[in-house]
Amino acid sequence: MSLVNYQTREITCKIVYYGPGRSGKTTNLHYIYGQVPEDRKGTMVSLATQTDRTLFFDFLPLDLGTISGFTTRFQLYTVPGQVYYQATRKLVLQGADGVVFVADSQARLLQENIESFQDLHQNLAEQGVDARTIPLVIQYNKQDLPSDLILTTAELSDTVNFRGVPDYPADALHGPGVFETLRGISELVLKRLSAGAAR
Amino acid sequence: MQVDTRHRFENFVTGSANRLAVAAARAVAEQPGLTYNPLFVYSGSGLGKTHLISAIGNYVQQRQPDMNVEYVTLDDFVEQLHAAIAMNETDRFKQRYGRVDVLLLDDMQFLTGRRETQAEMLRLLNALQGTGRQVVMTSDRPPSEIPDVDERLITRLSGGLIVDIAPPDFETRIAIMRARCDERGVRFQGGVLEELAQMEFRNIRELQGALNRIIATQTLGGDQVRADQVRGMFGPGAEPPMRTPTPMRTSRVSGGRGNLDFQSFVSDIATAVAQHVDPWKIKVAEAVAYWSGEGYRTSALERLLQDAGPKTDFEGALREYFANIDRLRLFEGQATAVDPALGADEVFRDPLRVAEAEALATRALAGSSPPPGPSAAFTRTGFEVGPSNQLAVRAADAVIEEPGKRYNPLFVYGPSGVGKTHLVNAVGNEMINASGGAAVVACVSAQQFMDELIAALQEGTVDRWRIRYRGADALVIDDVQFVAGKERTQEELFHVFNALHTEGKQLLFASDREPRQLKGLEDRLRSRFEGGLVVEMQVPDRALREKLYAHYLNDVETLDRDALVGYLADRAAASVREVIGLVHRVVAAADIAGLPLSTAIARAELDGGAPVPGVPDVRAADPYFLDDEKIVWHLPDIGARLIEDPR
Repeated sequence: MSLVNYQTREITCKIVYYGPGRSGKTTNLHYIYGQVPEDRKGTMVSLATQTDRTLFFDFLPLDLGTISGFTTRFQLYTVPGQVYYQATRKLVLQGADGVVFVADSQARLLQENIESFQDLHQNLAEQGVDARTIPLVIQYNKQDLPSDLILTTAELSDTVNFRGVPDYPADALHGPGVFETLRGISELVLKRLSAGAAR
Repeated sequence: MQVDTRHRFENFVTGSANRLAVAAARAVAEQPGLTYNPLFVYSGSGLGKTHLISAIGNYVQQRQPDMNVEYVTLDDFVEQLHAAIAMNETDRFKQRYGRVDVLLLDDMQFLTGRRETQAEMLRLLNALQGTGRQVVMTSDRPPSEIPDVDERLITRLSGGLIVDIAPPDFETRIAIMRARCDERGVRFQGGVLEELAQMEFRNIRELQGALNRIIATQTLGGDQVRADQVRGMFGPGAEPPMRTPTPMRTSRVSGGRGNLDFQSFVSDIATAVAQHVDPWKIKVAEAVAYWSGEGYRTSALERLLQDAGPKTDFEGALREYFANIDRLRLFEGQATAVDPALGADEVFRDPLRVAEAEALATRALAGSSPPPGPSAAFTRTGFEVGPSNQLAVRAADAVIEEPGKRYNPLFVYGPSGVGKTHLVNAVGNEMINASGGAAVVACVSAQQFMDELIAALQEGTVDRWRIRYRGADALVIDDVQFVAGKERTQEELFHVFNALHTEGKQLLFASDREPRQLKGLEDRLRSRFEGGLVVEMQVPDRALREKLYAHYLNDVETLDRDALVGYLADRAAASVREVIGLVHRVVAAADIAGLPLSTAIARAELDGGAPVPGVPDVRAADPYFLDDEKIVWHLPDIGARLIEDPR
């Protein structure tokens, strides 16, 4: 899929929210969805299990209108975090222009964050994508929880963000950090526009 | 605010300095919101920015009266915004501008430092452009040079097309003033406007101010203004200093982390897209969409998009494409002006076939109005040769024999009256005769060449004018010294010269001095003139004078022809014209005396020698009256027309 189509004058960005189960990926999308003005709202497709955990995936199309003469669309996807939905994760990850890794800030879930991050690298590698070149940002979610339960941004950064990508503390339930993260990944993705368009 | 209805495209004089701006403005006016959006026009003060954008407004309103066109200067915009904020009516303000179809914003440079206005402007531009409405702006400088303006706003301002208007050249200045005089119904003596155009006014407004002053002097004073009075009317230092916006404080407020919302996200994305998307690719794609909609072939551009590499010269390719479209339209216009049926021809729709289109247009035009030719009165057979002019004549004969092959250009110079005009015209006539009348030989004086150019500038038919000359098989320009110092004329002559010379067409010039002595002649022309043969025609020598007298006395009854010719030829003569004058004088003297012409009569007339017996001492009062051309030989019978006073 071409990111910028000069002929039809469209820009389409596929951004995938990745991370361990229950880290707040779908919450990110819900918050964004809530902020979109009525006239721009597409339909958010969410297939959820009874316990409100993402079974397959969420899909939020964001129509940003005409920018510099381009019809600009952002497609936000989430993957199911649970380990046993490996196949779905691979499917969703296909053709992603950028990845947001949503980490759970709770101290007891640190190991799961690390495993999920490794899982991301492995899946990218399987699709022939170099994890060092794909736009990637990390979000440390649930920073609103009591401080004795969570790790600080610095601590998380030390363990998870060994590649030193842009990272953001967030409280996806109430909003802080959600758009900063989205903006961060968008900038990285768009930075690749010129290079990507020449392909 | 209403658009000034006096500002229209028809009364905007187009020259090389503003051609691009006018073309862009017309494109915008014809299809608001579809071509260049926003269109940003900048230039120094008084060069026609406001006229141009008002012309867009008037054009749109005239063609689509239901369109909502709004003209506003930035100052007024700021004032309205402040008033709206004060009265808590910002929503109404936003609604009002949100409904505009074509927004014309004047004097954008005053955005400097106005945070509030910038934010409002950014929002407004997003809203208007997002819905395909047209925005046209002017400023005294390009967007990137307006100090202290939000980056995001600058990218919006620069997102469409930025064009500038340069100060007009000499010929355009004259054309502007002539147009203005026509409007006012004023006529000046020759040379007045030229004198005014040569003075240094920084812009058209000042020039028009000066023109108004001499119009007033002439219409109120009652006397015709003379060219030599013009300079005295305007003292130095009369020009007001140019207006520059005051630089304001340079602080920038950065948005706090907490207030990020969807709007600012979209706005940031827009900035990022504007930065990262290759603007030329956008333009190419837009051009494809637009021009294919206009019925033009866009295969060249499509290929460009597909085969684009990092080093592709989009800019050049687009420029070439637009230039080709412009030329196609031009040729189509020229061709259809002659024959409307030609407009249907497919070549006018394919920018890759410009050459064919040009050929078609040239054929159409050549058939309609040929350039002025040589005067038939001058023939080669009537031209006497002597040592003083034989080099020039031989070169001319070589040119007649093989036009464009031997001496190209042939540059003939010499003092007044030695026969330059005769010679070059004769060459022109001979070339026409040699081709059996098929060759088109353009033959003009430099003055006429320039007058035609100025008239064409005034009527906006320069291209047609140009084609006439470029389509000629040979070009003869007499008194070419007059182009010296005339910028635009020299430029046109330069292009015509090149066009003809590369095609091996003969060029022929006559001047009173050799090229290197012509002050104000551009080097590129001088070197071209000298690139062929520069040959002098000198004052007639004795041998030539003898031939000339023999020639002109051929039909006159004389007593002692050889002695008379010898006597006359011994006298120095500065020009052929003088020789002819002398012949007339002695013939007249003989007529008055009632005797056949003889050396004695000639001597008496010219040297005041002893009177010839039997000849009354009647001297012509003034040799001037003995010139053939100055005497009315057949007076009308006035008596028959007299009506007697009845009283």
